Amino acid sequence: MTTTLNPTPPAPPDTDERVARVGLLRRLVLRPEIGSLIGAVILFVLFAVSSTQFYSLAGISNWLDPASLFGIMAVAVAMLMIGGHFDLSAGVLTGTAGLATAVMTTQWGLNIWVALLVSLVICLGVGFVNGYLVTRTGLPSFIITLATFLMLQGLNLAVTKLITGTVSVGGMAQVPFFDTVRPLFASRINVLGVDFKIQILWWVLVVAIGAWVLAKTRFGNWTFAVGGDPVASRNIGVPAARTTITLFMGVGACAWLVGSLKLMEQTSVQTSQGFGEELIYIVAAVIGGCLLTGGYGSVIGAAIGALIFGMTSQGIVYAGLDSDWFKFFLGAMLLLAVLANQYVRRYAERSGR
Amino acid sequence: MKLRKGVVVAASAALLLAAGCSGTGQAPSAESAGGGGGTYGYNFTVVTHGAAGDTFWDVVKKGAEQAGTDEGVTVTYRDSNGDPARQSQLIDAAVNEGVDGIVVSMANPDALRSSIEAAEAKGIPVITINSGQDRSAEFGALAHVGQDEGIAGRGAGEQMAAAGVTKALCVIQEAGNIGLEQRCAGFAEGLGGSVENLQVENSNPTGAQATIRAKLQSDPSINGVLTLGPVIGAVAINAVAESGSSAQLATFDLNGDVTQAIADGTMLFAVDQQQYTQGYLPIVMLTLYKSNLNTIGGGQPVLTGPGYVTRENAAQVQDLATQGTR
Repeated sequence: MTTTLNPTPPAPPDTDERVARVGLLRRLVLRPEIGSLIGAVILFVLFAVSSTQFYSLAGISNWLDPASLFGIMAVAVAMLMIGGHFDLSAGVLTGTAGLATAVMTTQWGLNIWVALLVSLVICLGVGFVNGYLVTRTGLPSFIITLATFLMLQGLNLAVTKLITGTVSVGGMAQVPFFDTVRPLFASRINVLGVDFKIQILWWVLVVAIGAWVLAKTRFGNWTFAVGGDPVASRNIGVPAARTTITLFMGVGACAWLVGSLKLMEQTSVQTSQGFGEELIYIVAAVIGGCLLTGGYGSVIGAAIGALIFGMTSQGIVYAGLDSDWFKFFLGAMLLLAVLANQYVRRYAERSGR
Repeated sequence: MKLRKGVVVAASAALLLAAGCSGTGQAPSAESAGGGGGTYGYNFTVVTHGAAGDTFWDVVKKGAEQAGTDEGVTVTYRDSNGDPARQSQLIDAAVNEGVDGIVVSMANPDALRSSIEAAEAKGIPVITINSGQDRSAEFGALAHVGQDEGIAGRGAGEQMAAAGVTKALCVIQEAGNIGLEQRCAGFAEGLGGSVENLQVENSNPTGAQATIRAKLQSDPSINGVLTLGPVIGAVAINAVAESGSSAQLATFDLNGDVTQAIADGTMLFAVDQQQYTQGYLPIVMLTLYKSNLNTIGGGQPVLTGPGYVTRENAAQVQDLATQGTR
């Protein structure tokens, strides 16, 4: 309720009148992630009240597990969304990453490190193709990546069955040098007697890198510019095509990381892996304050969005709710988040002038 | 403006509070002994790889819940929509809660290994159901309750061969499920003729119908169709009629449409794994184990099928299928 409508008049004469002073509270409200942060706190309290297991260390480890896997992808997807694009192939690409590594090692006997590298190149390649086609054709990324999504889904099934004769590839644990990879992707960190999966650290790392790139680098500025107004950004010399392609390749890199984490943890991968998850990445990014129209959003917000997803998916278990309701809650939260974001944006637009 | 935003937050809080409250209402009754008004008061969790709303798994759920009522134990059913990572997270959650026993369908055994072993390390007995029979004992599960997919597929093949089928389609409705591939392999073995696998999607029956129809039209020599689930089984009946093919039909698993078709004679038979028992039996077995240390089958799989529903018994089964217990 603070009335901070007095910024322009008392501005000292030596500052530019276009740079208005904004109060701390207002500046806080204008952060893209503030809505999701409030939501996450409310959710945590509600679930904590309904089950003591929820906030026990074991419980926290349990809901950080889905949050971190979705969270890694949500970082890349949020940055892409800030840059003005979607990637519907992101979920299936995690399956492609795992399947490629698993097939190359268990079927062809390729060294596991080399296989991981080749699979990374494949994922970056898919990201490149997505980005290249989007920038060259000018078609909506929705259509381009929908095509990639379908093609990858078909390839995952057809190629895997062609090579292995079945729909899942297992036996990763018997691959030579698996023990050298495992610590990196599938080890546990013991905190006060409770095991936390290493993927949580990967998530923190990816969030840190993403947040830094977006806030502190020239590439981050380009991302906001390209997503805000592609034509204007090109006119002032932003390499729009290169930025877009790089953002798509970022999604590819994260898909590779998630696919590898899942593969080493489960020591097997099935051809349907990741199918449908692309929408959850988008949900996390949107809950975290990213606008579907691009140009606005934050990586920290997407991370909180993933945290909300993780807390909800396990929280309803601890609360003893019937799992039939899970999707309803996810949808309701998405709706509330989008509504809250819309209010914040309108508020931002009014206070801007 | 601030006020209106407050309304949104308040509304969201109210909604989520409603969710939280019904949770607090449920949890203590699960904890306190004999909450369901029964005698034992154990707390068991069933975690399957099935999808919410899938007709097959809904019957499993019904079986487990009925057994819970009958035995006086609390049964919580969770599904994971075919995602092994999700399934292992749900098992971990059950372990954290310290439930008295866990029932797991193992469509993807490797992915669940560490979670199942963690349960056993905490002294929580685990029974596997439906899929994963050959890995169940290796993981230290108390028992496996299910159908041997290879045996069931072979049986279907033999029955179809006896009906004169020489060239057949095996329609797979769930990409990524090993059990279905095993059924088709068994089917090919039992039939002795040529079998072609056809991939469709369970979530898209209309599309599946068109795919089966197209396949039958393009190859008139196909004289048998085996579907591996009742939803696709029902649309296969239409596909055969539309294509003008004379192919004979059979399916795995039941629903009202399938039993009606068998009674009418448009479908030869259904291989029934009686999944109601896959939900029901493990709850009884866990109760017996917890209360009296009984084990059934000494580690051998407890087979719930294959039972065959043919024209002779279709009418009786039909009533049960429409009630959702067959």
